Amino acid sequence: MSTHLFRLFVAGASPRSFRAQQSLEALVAAALPDEREVIEVIDVLERPDLAEEAGVVATPLVVRERPLPTRRVVGDLSDPFRLADALGLDRPLRSISKERPT
Amino acid sequence: MTAEVLPRLMPRVSLRQTGLDQVLAGGLPQGRTTVVCGTAGSGKTILGIQFLSDGAQQGEPGVFVTFEETPDDLRRNARALGFDIADHEENGAWRFVDATFDPGAEEELVGSYDFAGLLARVEHAVRVSGATRVVIDSFGVVLTRFPDAPTVRRELHRLVTVLRDLEVTAIVTSERNDDYGPLSRHGVEEFVADNVMVLRNALDEETRRRTVEVLKLRGCDHQTGEFPLTILPDEGIVAITLEPELATTGSTSERIAFGLTELDEMCGGGMYRDSVALVSGATGTGKTLLVTEFAAGGVRRGERSLILSFEESNSQIQRNAIGWGHDFPAYIDSGNLRVVSIYPEMRSLEDHLVAIRRVIEEYQPDRLAVDSLSALERIAPARSFRSFLIGLTSFIKQKQIAALLTSTARTLMGGESSTEAHISTLTDIIVLLRYVEVGGEIRRGCTVLKLRGSTHDKRIHEFDIDGEGMHIRAPFRDVAGILAGAPRQLRDPERQVDEVTSFFDLPGSDGA
Repeated sequence: MSTHLFRLFVAGASPRSFRAQQSLEALVAAALPDEREVIEVIDVLERPDLAEEAGVVATPLVVRERPLPTRRVVGDLSDPFRLADALGLDRPLRSISKERPT
Repeated sequence: MTAEVLPRLMPRVSLRQTGLDQVLAGGLPQGRTTVVCGTAGSGKTILGIQFLSDGAQQGEPGVFVTFEETPDDLRRNARALGFDIADHEENGAWRFVDATFDPGAEEELVGSYDFAGLLARVEHAVRVSGATRVVIDSFGVVLTRFPDAPTVRRELHRLVTVLRDLEVTAIVTSERNDDYGPLSRHGVEEFVADNVMVLRNALDEETRRRTVEVLKLRGCDHQTGEFPLTILPDEGIVAITLEPELATTGSTSERIAFGLTELDEMCGGGMYRDSVALVSGATGTGKTLLVTEFAAGGVRRGERSLILSFEESNSQIQRNAIGWGHDFPAYIDSGNLRVVSIYPEMRSLEDHLVAIRRVIEEYQPDRLAVDSLSALERIAPARSFRSFLIGLTSFIKQKQIAALLTSTARTLMGGESSTEAHISTLTDIIVLLRYVEVGGEIRRGCTVLKLRGSTHDKRIHEFDIDGEGMHIRAPFRDVAGILAGAPRQLRDPERQVDEVTSFFDLPGSDGA
């Protein structure tokens, strides 16, 4: 079992969902290069029951399930430094996403 | 759902036991969202709970989306008010969407966001439960958690759109800072403003005064202005509205006896069955005695009488009645008399009115005596008192109950009480009891000032009170200026016609 698990709640295939997933994947790839299956993406439109369970209000939402304690970050995760800080990961050395949202 | 006699533009959902249907002219617009604004403690959440409970009892499931209080808190608070949410949940008639903020799970904001997660949960809850009613409590809290106001407004607007697409009837609550200030703290109504209702809990002369007002109901008829309301344990919000019509079965020409033969004669044969009489007099002039006679007169005719006393205790009233020769304990045992004594300060005027209505509904009296209105007047601001009087008299008339209300004049010798100023247009009969000082002696005078729809004796009669009760004697022939509170003896009684003008002296000029 990997030491980390991030659950990403998105709403359908919106640009915001896409940006969030990309940002999170890029950060995790840079910070945890040796871990596999660290990110679980859940579409709240398909699994509203899981959204209910996790108490999701705003989306996108990433929940750090492991390691404890859980941490939650809301938004399209467009700021990699703040995202890394919020999730307790190492900050990337350089800009990790070529398609930074404007 | 409401069963309407007349077709309306928009079907309504009844808020049955709240009494708000009258204010809303039928209920909440079906399939629409109504914003309920109010300050903290104005009863917004309670209204939401009532709305869903009522639906659940009729087999219409509901979804409660809470941002503020946790479902556990809501269950507990609702139980204290007499609503069993857990029971409804077990029956599948109530579903929570818990959107409260867990302080242990702080959410950091990184980048732009929407409320699709919440929307999906609400939609899911509505579909799974088959809900037709939704409550969202409250919009304001969302903004304290998500400070990006434009985003939140946009997302809440989407939420309302989703609710409309789901064809649910919804109540959305929203905070405001002042009872009479800007509509809401966050400008939330601007985009869901089809229907806006305001609950107020304003401080008026050191008393809390709760009201409800419908600001708008798009495409629907509704009443305008503020209506008093109260929040009762076991029931929640109860709005106090007027009876829709003065009397449903029309006025009656049946006359009933006051209980005092001489007074009946003065009134041209008694009072009409559905009339309201006001007896005004200074302390000790015999108002409570008249109440006793009025009730006893009813019992003698086999009618049911109800005395609501706000001044004397039940046992005091019974003891005094026995002293005047009326066996009240026996009357009470026979079921034809009920005496209810309440301290005026026990509850607010709105609560009193609701309680009085309940007693009347339950006991179904033919006669009602309230002793005294002045005792009630001192516990509330003038505005509350006026709406209380209107609410009470309209209810009495609708029930076709003969009523005797008493009011205490502030001065011994004459003058009117402020109660009279409020009530004189609402009453059909006004009887004045006055002290009269003649030749260094205090005597008592009594006159019928007004009797709607009938002729009456306009003279001022002397009366006295002894161990057997009240005795009305001959009119004063030799005294003028009694009403003005400055009686003086006339040397030549024939000249009294000239003194008539003094009857019209302003009561304020008495100087007593």
